[in-house]
Amino acid sequence: MENSPSFLTTRLNEAIGWAQKYSIFQYPFVTACCGMEYMATACSHYDVDRFGAGLPRFSPRQADVLFVVGTISHKMAPVLKRIYDQMADPKWVVAFGVCTCTGGFYNNYATVMGIDTIIPVDVYIPGCPPRPEMVLDGLMKLQDKIQDHQSSGRRAEPEPRPEVFEV
Amino acid sequence: MNTSLIKAVSDRFPAAVSATHTYRGDQTVALRPEFLLEIAQFLKEDPALQMNLLVDVTAVDYSAFGKSPAPAFFASSGVAVRPSTQIPDEDPWPGPPEKARFAVVYHFYSMHHKHRLRLVVPVPESETELTSLTPLWAGADWLEREVWDMYGIRFSGHPNLKRILMYKEFEGYPLRKDYPVNKRQPLIGPVN
Repeated sequence: MENSPSFLTTRLNEAIGWAQKYSIFQYPFVTACCGMEYMATACSHYDVDRFGAGLPRFSPRQADVLFVVGTISHKMAPVLKRIYDQMADPKWVVAFGVCTCTGGFYNNYATVMGIDTIIPVDVYIPGCPPRPEMVLDGLMKLQDKIQDHQSSGRRAEPEPRPEVFEV
Repeated sequence: MNTSLIKAVSDRFPAAVSATHTYRGDQTVALRPEFLLEIAQFLKEDPALQMNLLVDVTAVDYSAFGKSPAPAFFASSGVAVRPSTQIPDEDPWPGPPEKARFAVVYHFYSMHHKHRLRLVVPVPESETELTSLTPLWAGADWLEREVWDMYGIRFSGHPNLKRILMYKEFEGYPLRKDYPVNKRQPLIGPVN
């Protein structure tokens, strides 16, 4: 019984998780056309502030969630990795748009075939670009993950990528 | 069909012009490479031409030209792959340069006279080098760097000829037809 968390600490962790999931400070790493849809989501019509994620921080040191919005080229990849490394734990990554999820329709010399080859990804939001409703859905899934992380103390491992990637 | 610009160039440099072409008001002159700088200077400084804007510099790799049919994707997509027959092509395209693998294409525009001209300069694979136009148009700097980056064509006299789009560790020239379409050279992460 000594090792199991007490009633008080589990309640406290749930309260911290509740606070964390409604105070998401996001870092928008916007590289391409998905940025337009990101802005539409952030503006008043869809109002991402309802979910406590309305305040982007343009310093990775102050951000909790890295929003990777748009195609990542091989030239940009080391920059993205560095931004991710500069963020303080606990940190989360959202792949916004199909280019960040899989490379999308770019299958050529310039494009990274999914940012999960470089950094771990928590939530994938495919679409070219995704509708704001999908973004909000992804944001709510992320909130569930943040809550679950605080409540259970465990973090779900990202799906491993297949070794061989058929193109 | 207006061919006044073609006429101005071919009257002044009869030995330099190897072919000409007009299509829907666009005038094209194919040149011998050794005359490039001379003709460019003429285009810029002649009062009747005054081509003061270098719109674009790009290149074409003709090594795979005509060797395989157009991808079925375009044929089935409903996109017109042939020019419309409603406007007849009175002066047909002379085709790719005979021996040269590459052609460098220059687009000029005159802000004063509002006319355009395209120059096509063949570049053989054995000597992929042309004269830089940076002394005449400062805007040629980045455009020529892009052609160097993507096609590996050097421009002699360029002040800063290095890659502009790709990173310096990148090997090869990605828009050449012999660059493998799936070849990746990532700086970090796996090759996929």
